[in-house]
Amino acid sequence: MKPDIRPLVAVVSARYRTLLQYRAAAFAGFATQLFWGAIRLMILAAFFAAATEPQPMNLTQVVAYVWLGQALLGMLPWNVDADFRAQVRDGTVAYDLLRPLDLYSYWFGRTLAFRVAAPTLRGIPMVLFSMALLPLVGLGDWALTPPASVVAFAGFVAALVVAAMLATAVTLLAHISLLWTISGIGMDRILTVLVTIFSGLVVPLPLFPDWLQPFLNWQPFRGLADVPYRIYSGNIPPSEIAGELLFTLVWVIVLVLLGRLILLRGVRRMVVQGG
Amino acid sequence: MPQIEVRGLAKTFRVAERLPGLAGAFRGLFHRRMRDVHALGGIDFDIERGELVGYIGPNGAGKSTTIKILAGILNPTAGTSRVDGLTPWRDRRRHVARIGVVFGQRTQLWWDLPVIESFDLLRDIYRIPAEAYRDNRDRLIALMDLEPLLDVPVRQLSLGQRMRSDLAAALLHGPSLLFLDEPTIGLDAVSKLAIRDFVRELNRDRQVTVLLTTHDMDDIEALCQRVMVIGNGRILVDGSVAALRRRVRNERVLVVDYDSAGEAGRVDAEGEGVRLVERDASRVRIAFDPDRIPAATLIGALLAQGTPHDLFIEHPPIEQTVAELYAEHDMRER
Repeated sequence: MKPDIRPLVAVVSARYRTLLQYRAAAFAGFATQLFWGAIRLMILAAFFAAATEPQPMNLTQVVAYVWLGQALLGMLPWNVDADFRAQVRDGTVAYDLLRPLDLYSYWFGRTLAFRVAAPTLRGIPMVLFSMALLPLVGLGDWALTPPASVVAFAGFVAALVVAAMLATAVTLLAHISLLWTISGIGMDRILTVLVTIFSGLVVPLPLFPDWLQPFLNWQPFRGLADVPYRIYSGNIPPSEIAGELLFTLVWVIVLVLLGRLILLRGVRRMVVQGG
Repeated sequence: MPQIEVRGLAKTFRVAERLPGLAGAFRGLFHRRMRDVHALGGIDFDIERGELVGYIGPNGAGKSTTIKILAGILNPTAGTSRVDGLTPWRDRRRHVARIGVVFGQRTQLWWDLPVIESFDLLRDIYRIPAEAYRDNRDRLIALMDLEPLLDVPVRQLSLGQRMRSDLAAALLHGPSLLFLDEPTIGLDAVSKLAIRDFVRELNRDRQVTVLLTTHDMDDIEALCQRVMVIGNGRILVDGSVAALRRRVRNERVLVVDYDSAGEAGRVDAEGEGVRLVERDASRVRIAFDPDRIPAATLIGALLAQGTPHDLFIEHPPIEQTVAELYAEHDMRER
């Protein structure tokens, strides 16, 4: 069978349009994330003001890190898709097997759309707000600065694409796990903690203690946020961009293969027990 | 060669048995008692290309299990099946590309999307060539009268509208075989008729093979030349609707209306192959076996006794026939 991504593109775009219908949720999300962004900035600013030693990031880079994190929060794999959970719960998820598609690819498309739709609605206003509006009201020090260079921007965009795939692979693992756990509430809690801490969303990863750095550098979640945001602000120099992208890509491949393996068992369970 | 061939198909589910009460729930944490539920106990049948077969049985009899296995989304425990030369559960992707499936209990459209967008999405999922898609879509939209619904999100459709859309969606890729699992469940009379007309035309004009499960015996009587009755995971009857009736009880009911209760009261309707069912004011209902006494003879005898104001013959509803069949096999809902 010749590879044909048309069905997947269609699935992604359909899911996308579905999610875009919920505009009120997007506005609420924007307001919430604005609030949390301000709090995070204040805490980190206090930290920088009290710091006596030179830090691995400067304040401008940290500000960019925070705003980008707020803008792209929805892309982080911190939760499972409620629709998907409902389908698993009532067993209708088995009907996805009625489609002449590879199930993993089909679900990857669904999950990718779920991960990417929200940030496009919330992210753009957040960037506009933090980049254009803040300087106008005299808060220029707290504004999102433009990317460090053209190369940094290109690297940032590429890193975001890889990050979206990584986020999808992680979310999909959580989705597949629902085939066993059903409720998915525990999964949400675990994911939220893991992802927000190890992607750098709570505290930028370079600011963690030195002894933790070797571990932080090898875990996959940094590819979700830490890597793209630091490429943007130039904290990761252009010479290291390719290596960082490759690092994240390897994790994507590992997680996709793992997901496929587990799904194979999950499908066996579905077709034996009937969803 | 039959389009569907089923031999010794069996399905056993293992379910965890839960002990009652808190203590039981607690014990279940450590020691789970598993119980086998035999949904299908080895069934055989063939369905030829172009047949329209009704598949009936009480809840839990194994109807949906059969459909799911034949649709390729459930593996049987034992037995074989070939559908158009493929084993559904082994060649799933190739198999499902050729069949259409509608589950009355659940839509396969995208809940939040307008109907037409669901259709377009299916075009891409099934890789339907542009021209074939346009033809099929326009024909189905016209047949099912979907034009006014196309821009409505599926969640806003009524059940009948949704069902019509679902049926159209299952046929966009032009399958030669259609599985319908309770397609008329919960529908009003008008919607039921629309669905039945459509299925009948589909079968007659396009030679689409249809396997239909239902609880609505009118569906069976209106549509099916052949009916299979399943109970306790076994096929009990497989034949024409008339044969199903004969098998249980060959009885018809003559309903006679008189001008007054007095006249009705005087009617004597006992004899060889005849039985008085009820006397209700000026109406008398008489059951008779047409093999033992021809309807004309019975009517002649009644006319000799008096002048009815009206009379007509009823078939016993097939529900009753099936209920009797279930009773005969001691089947109750499990």
